[in-house]
Amino acid sequence: MVTEIATKQNSYRAAFDAWHARVHDHGPSWLRQLRENAFGRFEELGFPSVKDEEWKYTNVAAIASADFLPDVSMEVPVSGVDARLARFGSPETAASQLIFVNGKLRKDLSSVASLPSEVVAIELSQAIADERHAEIVRSNLARHADYVANGFTALNTGFISEGAFIHIPRGVTVDQPIQVAFINEGDFRAASFPRVLVVAEENSSAMLVESYSSTGDSAYFTNAVIEIVLKEGARLEHYKVQRESQSAFHIATTQADLGPNSSYDSTTITFGAQLSRHDYGVTMDHEGVECWVDGLYLITAGQHTDTHSSIDHRKPHCTSHQLYKGILDGKSRAVFNGKVFVRHDAQKTDAMQTNKNLLLSNEARVDTKPQLEILADDVKCAHGAAVGQIDEDELFYLATRGIHPDLARNLLTYGFAEEVIGKIKVESIRAELDEAVLNRLNAKLEA
Amino acid sequence: MLEIKDLHAGIDGNEILKGINLTINKGEIHAIMGPNGSGKSTLAKVLAGHPSYEVTKGEVLFEGKNLLELAPDERAREGIFMAFQYPIEVPGVSNAQFLRLAYNEKRKHLGEEELDPLEFKDLLKERAKVVEMDASFMSRSVNEGFSGGEKKRNEILQMAVLEPKLAVLDETDSGLDIDALRIVAGGVNQLHTSENAVILVTHYQRLLDYIVPQFVHVLAHGRIVKEGGKELALELEAKGYDWLKTAAADAGVVGVQAS
Repeated sequence: MVTEIATKQNSYRAAFDAWHARVHDHGPSWLRQLRENAFGRFEELGFPSVKDEEWKYTNVAAIASADFLPDVSMEVPVSGVDARLARFGSPETAASQLIFVNGKLRKDLSSVASLPSEVVAIELSQAIADERHAEIVRSNLARHADYVANGFTALNTGFISEGAFIHIPRGVTVDQPIQVAFINEGDFRAASFPRVLVVAEENSSAMLVESYSSTGDSAYFTNAVIEIVLKEGARLEHYKVQRESQSAFHIATTQADLGPNSSYDSTTITFGAQLSRHDYGVTMDHEGVECWVDGLYLITAGQHTDTHSSIDHRKPHCTSHQLYKGILDGKSRAVFNGKVFVRHDAQKTDAMQTNKNLLLSNEARVDTKPQLEILADDVKCAHGAAVGQIDEDELFYLATRGIHPDLARNLLTYGFAEEVIGKIKVESIRAELDEAVLNRLNAKLEA
Repeated sequence: MLEIKDLHAGIDGNEILKGINLTINKGEIHAIMGPNGSGKSTLAKVLAGHPSYEVTKGEVLFEGKNLLELAPDERAREGIFMAFQYPIEVPGVSNAQFLRLAYNEKRKHLGEEELDPLEFKDLLKERAKVVEMDASFMSRSVNEGFSGGEKKRNEILQMAVLEPKLAVLDETDSGLDIDALRIVAGGVNQLHTSENAVILVTHYQRLLDYIVPQFVHVLAHGRIVKEGGKELALELEAKGYDWLKTAAADAGVVGVQAS
């Protein structure tokens, strides 16, 4: 096994070398150096093993031993309208979205025409090549998501090519949501490395939709990294919608570094992939920050999802809220590991963390571990976890209104999910997710 | 409409109802009163089919059918409604969604066409007037964040939508201020017709100033110990429940102790 995995790492090396030789003339030396360093680090770290405490419940051997082909090596069409692609993107973001298919920006499907002219939403390598943006990219890219500790982040960083760069200038409020969508198309076993950098300057305000989906149901590997930087007083609402194919692997790192008095409100929806893992880091190294780090995972037979979050209070007067809910059906498994750190200096911290799981099947399993580590003494912190089934009192109440127990269960499950989905302010996305929940529940409950 | 014969029921092996006999005809309003622990809420829950309560003896016929054989949702579709003392919150499900679903379940049962969201919205708007509830309540999650009074009004709204043949109101007056009580009682009065019946389960006479029953039944230790007209409620209000204990002892109810 060890030899086999080493061989697979070698195949990433071969792809990396071939690709890097090809793109050698493109991109500045700092970027090439960054890729070299990160890929080298990936080779040192390798894929994590279940012996690693952080990966105890999530076995990625299936990724390590598979022969995924990095999509940078592939020649894929960059235009041509596929009817199946037309349904991606959202009406609300029709002129404020970047759509990537198999790792390549599809200009024919993307448009940012409705964004204020000073807002930048472009392909990453284009931003690096543009002297107006190069410095801000260089000073932020890979400076927030640490590739030294995490093999997957290192692998993604080694393969940084096309991605999205979003820059909201000082004082600008963007009314329409901005979407970055990563779509897998075709039947080949691709490894994709989506990369997003968002920098929101002082007192700006924006809404970001980050989505992952597939036109088919093939087994592919998405290894995504998104870095978010909020400056003083900036506000960002961030929705991540993961609806990969049911055979896919999705490994993602999100790192948000929050400036003074900024506000970050995130909602992560996890429906897809046979195996998904999300490492979510939120760092408050300034005073007066407020953040929400909420999520919903809805999985069924054959799916495994793992969320590891780290909410780090480093300075006083910050508030964090975390509500992660899970609905598990069939033989599925979820892992929630939520760390909240309250550092020595972080007096007057207000941190609230909850993980609630609803098990619809006897075969489903959840491992939940909310953790608080408090070093300051004047703080308000609470955390809790619950794993349970549908409440009997609620079922009886619905029954006394003539609702059959099967339908009542579906309605209550839908309501359980809705508490998180209802946060999403992009109407078409919320409606799509509602429908997906109802389809999963095999029920018809439209409002 | 409803015939209860020698009903014995309890929870976790403890018998609470020890032989209830009660007949209710359409067009009637009955009040069931009694001190705490007398079994009046248990009676309401047993009629609705609460799974925690076990019927050990007796029978209950609803329009000639054996009610005890029916699941709670079947009873509801047959036309029995219970307004809860503590209405349950259903997070994430809007009042409108919930009510339409319940309404359509009943329509299906009756072999009638279901209403689509728009048709139902009109109906809901009309029925909401009964308890003076405005449209903003319809998009909110069922009972979530509602005040005590709003929850009780919402129960009566559900009754207005589902139009039950028999409504059992379990301590609907508890925790209501006088304005909310007036609205809730006004709703019940508007909904009561010569074709349906209401059972009011209450500790206090106050509610009966607003919803006037033809019959008052007093429960103590699981049995009906006194029956009369609306004037019985006033008598209870004046004298309290203690004097009933003697009456109960005279009537041969076991387990009654003089205090």
